[in-house]
Amino acid sequence: MTSLWHYAFVQQAVQAGAITAILAGFVGPFVTARNMSFSVHGLAEVGFAGAAGAVLLGLPPAAGLLTASFSAALAIGALGVRLRERDIATGSVLAFGVGLGVLFLTLSPRYLTEAYAILFGSILAVSRQDVVRTAVVGVGALAALALVYRPLRFASIDPDVAEARGVPTRLLSIVFLLILALAVTEAVQVVGVLLILTLLIVPPGAAQRLTAHPGLIVAYSVLIALTSVLGGLVCAVYTSWPVSFFVSAFTFAAYLAARLVGPMLAGSPRVAAAAPVREDVEVTSTAAARPTRVHPGAH
Amino acid sequence: MVEHPSIRLDGATLRLGGRTLWEDVSLTVRRGEFLAVLGPNGAGKTSLLRVLLGLQPLSRGQVQIDGHTPTRGSAAIGYVPQQRAFDPDLPVRGRDLVGFGLNGHRWGFSPPLRPPAEPVEDMLKLVGADGYADVPIGRLSGGEQQRLRIAQALVGSPRLLLCDEPLLSLDPNSQQAIVQLIAEWSRRGATVVFVTHDINPLRAVASRVLLLAGGRWAVGPIEWVLTSETLSRLYGAPVEVLHVQGRVVVLGAELGGHEPVPAVPVGDQ
Repeated sequence: MTSLWHYAFVQQAVQAGAITAILAGFVGPFVTARNMSFSVHGLAEVGFAGAAGAVLLGLPPAAGLLTASFSAALAIGALGVRLRERDIATGSVLAFGVGLGVLFLTLSPRYLTEAYAILFGSILAVSRQDVVRTAVVGVGALAALALVYRPLRFASIDPDVAEARGVPTRLLSIVFLLILALAVTEAVQVVGVLLILTLLIVPPGAAQRLTAHPGLIVAYSVLIALTSVLGGLVCAVYTSWPVSFFVSAFTFAAYLAARLVGPMLAGSPRVAAAAPVREDVEVTSTAAARPTRVHPGAH
Repeated sequence: MVEHPSIRLDGATLRLGGRTLWEDVSLTVRRGEFLAVLGPNGAGKTSLLRVLLGLQPLSRGQVQIDGHTPTRGSAAIGYVPQQRAFDPDLPVRGRDLVGFGLNGHRWGFSPPLRPPAEPVEDMLKLVGADGYADVPIGRLSGGEQQRLRIAQALVGSPRLLLCDEPLLSLDPNSQQAIVQLIAEWSRRGATVVFVTHDINPLRAVASRVLLLAGGRWAVGPIEWVLTSETLSRLYGAPVEVLHVQGRVVVLGAELGGHEPVPAVPVGDQ
């Protein structure tokens, strides 16, 4: 049985899967902080249209996936980055994307196999070339994330003050959508379009049940994503059940466990009591004698 | 050497969406002064702060901070925004919020497990928030959140502090605590612009009050501006100012309230 690990396809799956899990683990906490689950799904489903279009044209599906979700990220960013509008913009782009995908796949001669791979993942079918592409995209996305990490966190959690401090919040929204498009493209390869949230929402969701420490959230999120993907691969190789099933089962188990044991339960008692109010500050008035002026103004 | 005033407005006019919020405002605020800003809903109080932050250009006239046109993201300005609710599950601690004030705007990332920055710790102690700095902010009381907001605004040692309704929905004890924290910073030489719906908590500390109402404005010491005569002229209707048990009570006009903050920064359009 162990000899399976000598096969190139298994090694390639492990390499691509590990890179994807690490990227998803880093990007995920921003997705939850910015309430962008819906955007994740939107990017994945537009990616589905791109992949299907590529199949129809006889091109590699991965290239179509990347192009389409990247373009969709730009479109969503351009249409509106306001929270309320973003849902509508995302929904509009998404619905049309899936419609196109259905058309392309129906016109394509290899309808079923390709559809299955895009919708549910095809990590055990990645080539040497796919691994290289995954690594390049993964490193690029992580480098971009490292560059914007601090202001992006500021803008995600505290947009009013971030804007006042000169953080380019609109630019960061678009940059993050592009990083997200890259992460989505990678994750689709592992778990497929329909299970995308299992890698981008569930690990950070579990992580933030365990701690409120920003560094630890990222560490747990990466760890959960990585363990689930590698564990899923091992189980899939030995059982021939789908990888996506195992990955989603593992992340879900991590989420349930975190909910049960984590200190971040809603309504749990506060950790520390408030410090007493400082009453020793003396305040003096420095009222300046200035004349009062009343100016009539236009209505 | 000529020392520039902290804030100088010269014939400043702001029109938004076809409506004149205030017109021809000329005002000089000295360093260390504590200016309270009052006015009814939609009078343009938050917009005035946005002008001072360099986020909102004037329709006409000039604005200067320390002798210069305000630029977005100036380190010399601390900003306490209007309160907004944080999700109790949001995994962000008070310590993180204050940390944003120190270096949140800088590109790059902080080593994830590095010990907390010293200015952040000092500021948490100063505002008395060190006891709950590790609790997710969404689970803190309004007063506790406001202390953290003030620590966040002060951690960069700003020369000008802009506060937008920091007393909203606080009980009187918390209100006094917040006012005293800000007043102490003002006595250390920082200029304070404090938007409020209630002048009473500020009566001991505010050196002047700027009243914006219906496109008109008035500025001066509280006892000069908050009179029946001045308010009646501003509002164009009879307004009665009473002093009841040491409190100023205004009848016939709304002093409080707040206009909704525009969801998209208009200055970016």
